Amino acid sequence: MKLFGIAVALLALPGLAAAQDLTGTLKKIKETGTITLGHRESSVPFSYIDNNAKVVGYSMDICGKIVEAVKAELKMDKLDVRLLPVTSSTRIPLIANGTIDLECGSTTNNAERQKQVAYTNTHFLTASAFVSKKAKNLKKIEDLRGKTVVSTAGSTNMKQVVEANAAKNLGMTVLPAKDHAAAFLLVELDRAEAFIMDDILLAGLVASAKDPGLYQLSDEAFSLPEPYGIMLRKDDAPFKALADRTTAALFKSPEGEALYRKWFLSPIPPNGINLNVPLNAMLRKMLEKPTDSADPAAY
Amino acid sequence: MNYTWNWGIFWELNPEGTGTYLDMLLMGLRWTLATAALAAAIALVFGSIIGVIRTLPHRGLVLAGDAWVEFFRNIPLLVQLFLWYFVLPELLPKAAGTWLKTLPNASFWTGAIGVGLFMSSRVAEQVKAGIRSLPRGQSLAGTALGLTTAQTYRYILLPMAFRIILPPLTSELLNTVKNTSVALTIGLMELTARTRAMQEYSFQVFEAFTAATLIYLALNAALTFLMRRLERAVAVPGYVTGK
Amino acid sequence: MFQFDFDIILKTLPYLLKEGMVFTLTLTALAAFGGLVLGTVLALMRLSTLPGLALFATGYVNLMRSLPLVLVIFWFYFLVPYIGQAILRTERPVEVGAFASALITFTLFEAAYFSEIMRAGIQSVPKGQLSAGYALGLTYRQVMSYVVVPQALRNMLPVILTQTIVLFQDTSLVYVISITDFLGAASKVAQRDGRLIEMYIFAAFVYFLISFLASLLVRRLQARTAIIR
Repeated sequence: MKLFGIAVALLALPGLAAAQDLTGTLKKIKETGTITLGHRESSVPFSYIDNNAKVVGYSMDICGKIVEAVKAELKMDKLDVRLLPVTSSTRIPLIANGTIDLECGSTTNNAERQKQVAYTNTHFLTASAFVSKKAKNLKKIEDLRGKTVVSTAGSTNMKQVVEANAAKNLGMTVLPAKDHAAAFLLVELDRAEAFIMDDILLAGLVASAKDPGLYQLSDEAFSLPEPYGIMLRKDDAPFKALADRTTAALFKSPEGEALYRKWFLSPIPPNGINLNVPLNAMLRKMLEKPTDSADPAAY
Repeated sequence: MNYTWNWGIFWELNPEGTGTYLDMLLMGLRWTLATAALAAAIALVFGSIIGVIRTLPHRGLVLAGDAWVEFFRNIPLLVQLFLWYFVLPELLPKAAGTWLKTLPNASFWTGAIGVGLFMSSRVAEQVKAGIRSLPRGQSLAGTALGLTTAQTYRYILLPMAFRIILPPLTSELLNTVKNTSVALTIGLMELTARTRAMQEYSFQVFEAFTAATLIYLALNAALTFLMRRLERAVAVPGYVTGK
Repeated sequence: MFQFDFDIILKTLPYLLKEGMVFTLTLTALAAFGGLVLGTVLALMRLSTLPGLALFATGYVNLMRSLPLVLVIFWFYFLVPYIGQAILRTERPVEVGAFASALITFTLFEAAYFSEIMRAGIQSVPKGQLSAGYALGLTYRQVMSYVVVPQALRNMLPVILTQTIVLFQDTSLVYVISITDFLGAASKVAQRDGRLIEMYIFAAFVYFLISFLASLLVRRLQARTAIIR
């Protein structure tokens, strides 16, 4: 019995040593054989549900690359990928408490959030704007004075709009919505006059709306373009290094630009509308010189 | 635990420009109280009417009362709120629907009325049970004295029934307070919603939830205390009221 | 005037039932079972003569009954992995899936309500039966598991089932953490296809039908057990 125990211990030794080298998320993935991705349901075109109830998007494709790299790095034959829907409000606690390993959505990278979570290289930059029905003729922030508006609970936009509301004394009623689709719905139903959100997501929501012609985006933005990053747990250097390496290599290769073109310059599900967001100088620089900086001025 | 605690967060300023985070939670508490008060009033009024109707010797009325109770009791509160908030305005004539949608504080009114109607079915059950629990002799005595049915209820049955059902009504009142939190799904910024907002703005999940838990506990204790005093004050001397 | 579109319901019915209703019913059944077991334990603790146990159980039940379910759902969704870490002494928070998290939440929450029901049930068993059990040389454990709890369960069955119907309706609140239960599935279709009215009315109808039929069955059961007693 004793001998048998020692034999088992000896046999297990190489594996044990390898597992001990690993720390944090990589160790967890190796031990459990699974990785859990948090995804969004209505962050078009980053992470959303298409007509076949499948989760698709630009961020999902990037996460797919990271998953492949993890599998190769850990020399695993099989890696189960689990998906869990998250909202703007639940994503940060769920990363921190280990429910999800990567958040593949449309999450703004800022200094404040970096106290709780970490980000890999920026994959998009977007400014906060608003969408409303054309018929209401709302173009500038000032036009929203005294109006009922909506934003998504837990988003940076929500915080920006309540701050602007207080600072500029706009007297708006700000409704929180559970997710982007629910917020857009309030505009569609005339429950709210405008939905304040990242302009790219608004463009995506309009594109997937029943009648895209009804809506318009504002001329004025609530913020400078801010970086989006895939979110991961804080203080997990090896996992972050792997994610950074993988995304940097992807962005710098022709595949990075191809991926961009697939989601921003080609027809996308569900309606086959082309968002037509050109790869401007700022975005091109982001692909050529990948960085995880939270500072909008760095781009 | 991979979490940065900061209990001082309550004294930091909230981004809404309405003072500290603690002020934000207390503002939420005020909305919870206002919503619960209106909902409780609606539940009491409609619940009493429906409860009485169901004990009347009139088949049609009893049936209508039963239908009311079954409708409000067998659909989840969340779904009921969605019906009132999202579905109702679309089914009304356009002008009425628009008026409903642009009402100031629409989520407050919808939430309070929705929770109130939901709770009215439970209050109706209690009122009916209270009236049924009285000895038959009481209503027969009323008839013998030449009282009309309305007078029998007004002077004999209801004063007794309400005192008997006061303890279960207390717990329904507490349920009403708790149920107002469901209205956060239609945008009501009550205590739980403000707690969530605090978590979202400050990332201090557990501090925010702990504070909300303590506030709900205190609210519960205070309401229970007040209702017990009320129960004692109106108790019928010598009448054993079950619990 | 509005035209109710039945097609959208027929078209999405397989998704609503397979993704949504299965989740809702599984969660209801497992949480009711877990809540009843844990609730019975809590009731026995509350009625025990050990002051520490009774105090803990009373505190737990009062705490849970003071909090809105929505708040408790949020609490547990974020806290359960850390609790798991503390209990299992692992080096990292335990990964708990959405279903498991919901199940743990509803079990722990409903246990407080079931414990109140079971306490009343246990107290409804005449004291003489306990004494008879002890006189026969049965231990506390045996008296409880062979004499008291089975009768308490039977006496309280209608109330337990009614509470389970409430639980069935309450599971719709997992909507707040974006889990796809029956209501979640319906609201996803509603938002995606812009069919709010149809989907919410249909959801209300399905919840009504199930709860109403179940409550009719409970009433019949109640009438039958009342006669037997």
